[in-house]
Amino acid sequence: MNPRQILVSLWTLVVKEVRRFTRIWPQTLLPPSITMTMYFIIFGNLIGSRIGEMDGISYMAYIVPGLIMMAVITNSYSNVASSFFSNKFQRSVEEMMVSPMPNWVILAGFVLGGMARGLGVGLIVTGVSFFFTEMTIHHPLVTLGVVTMTAALFAIGGFINALLANKFDDISIVPIFVLTPLTYLGGVFYSINMLPEFWQGVSMANPILYMVNAFRYGILGVSDIPVGGALLAIAAFIVVFFVMALWMLKRGKGIRS
Amino acid sequence: MAEPALSIRGLTKVYGNGFHALKGIDLDVPEGDFFALLGPNGAGKSTTLGVVCSLVQKTAGKVSIYGIDIDRDFARAKYHLGVVPQEFNFSQFEKVEDIILAQAGYYGMPLREAKPRCNQLLKDLGLWDKRNGPARMLSGGMKRRLMIARALIHGPRLLILDEPTAGVDIELRRSMWEYMRRINREEGTTIILTTHYLEEAESLCRNIAIINNGEIVKNTSVRSLLTELDTETFVLDLAEPIEQAPMLEGFEVGQVESAQLTLSVRKGQRLNDAFMQLSEQGVNVVSMRNRANRLEELFVSMVEGDNARVREAAKAEVQS
Repeated sequence: MNPRQILVSLWTLVVKEVRRFTRIWPQTLLPPSITMTMYFIIFGNLIGSRIGEMDGISYMAYIVPGLIMMAVITNSYSNVASSFFSNKFQRSVEEMMVSPMPNWVILAGFVLGGMARGLGVGLIVTGVSFFFTEMTIHHPLVTLGVVTMTAALFAIGGFINALLANKFDDISIVPIFVLTPLTYLGGVFYSINMLPEFWQGVSMANPILYMVNAFRYGILGVSDIPVGGALLAIAAFIVVFFVMALWMLKRGKGIRS
Repeated sequence: MAEPALSIRGLTKVYGNGFHALKGIDLDVPEGDFFALLGPNGAGKSTTLGVVCSLVQKTAGKVSIYGIDIDRDFARAKYHLGVVPQEFNFSQFEKVEDIILAQAGYYGMPLREAKPRCNQLLKDLGLWDKRNGPARMLSGGMKRRLMIARALIHGPRLLILDEPTAGVDIELRRSMWEYMRRINREEGTTIILTTHYLEEAESLCRNIAIINNGEIVKNTSVRSLLTELDTETFVLDLAEPIEQAPMLEGFEVGQVESAQLTLSVRKGQRLNDAFMQLSEQGVNVVSMRNRANRLEELFVSMVEGDNARVREAAKAEVQS
């Protein structure tokens, strides 16, 4: 395929993915908006008003970056996992396999689609947060860079999950048993400085902690961890996961007999 | 000499569980041909076509599409290829038109080129009125036609149809045949067809290969294959019921019902002789038809013969 044809095929796939999650918006865009509004009301407004400040910032403002990140992570991941697995399940993945589209375009198309949903939901949650608190972005480039890279990383993760999945249950195991606990323990609702030293050390092994804190640094200018290292770690994970997904696609893992 | 549309050499497929689906098959399909690949269930038809379409990974062998080795440049080879699989493989929730246009996009066709061609295909295949509805609302026959439209959107030179008329009613089947004949004749599209309707293969195809137990047991033209038919059996409907089947010299006659006979005619025998004897015995025939499709008789005898050979070979292996 020449570069123009590659662009057409990539665009086709991205548009198809975006069309898919916007067509079923009551399942994809509405629920995270409602859930996050509940978080803002209960944790931010009702409980948060009694907590006071965290790292010198009002509790409501403190949890906003973490909640946005949580929405971005879960939506980027689950969009690609469910969409690609549905393609496998309905065998429509064969439409792509018989075409001359290179594997990296198939992967990039799904990842961009997942990122579109993750970032879209992130924007909705950001919009909702304006009803509860004022927010000034301290480092716009860091904010944008972290949220985009995180969306990309988890979209690739969702793709790998879908490739390995044999039934619909298999695509909900990772979000329920891995992503949600890691996100909750990743400093969305608290600063790890509040934890005993041992648990601070344990928390440092949680990759989501770095993403949440780097994003919080971009918005609020405060972080529990060095931001440069976090950005490098996310970039390294993206490269490793992308290469792994590409290798699995080439081997036909889960899609070719 | 022109490159064959499809050339297969020594194609072998061993699945993870050790099952030898293909045992080194060789096959050539000339350009412009209407070719049938026949075989019983599990013979290796779909595996062969799956390798050609990149849905199945081969264990060994070479496959070339219009001279392009799929191991060297599968992407370029795929431009020549259109595939209509056995099972529905599109998103049931998408609009009919979107499914076809997305496929065009996967081949790098811009929308302004794809749209008019898509419209034409929708009209030709009788899907125009359904183009804005979700695919799940289509009938079974319409879903098959949708897959044909999708396979043709990028103008392939080689179209692979894996049981395209399975579960399709007779009227629709005939209109699909007519459409396939037209694209083969007028656009020069090479068509490879697998089917269980041997009448379909006899009616449409010029050349034929029979695959059984992962091996090609016959590869020839339909015409020459039919000349191998030793015996044809006809069903005769009689004007009046009779008590017992008449004895005809040189012919084998059976009675199905009181007013229905079967008549077996060997190669070289004349039907006139049989009718003359029937007439002499006062048996009047009002209509006659083949008991089975001619190709079907040959197919069954070949596959049974091959299965017996494989069983003998297996027995010999066990004994040794």
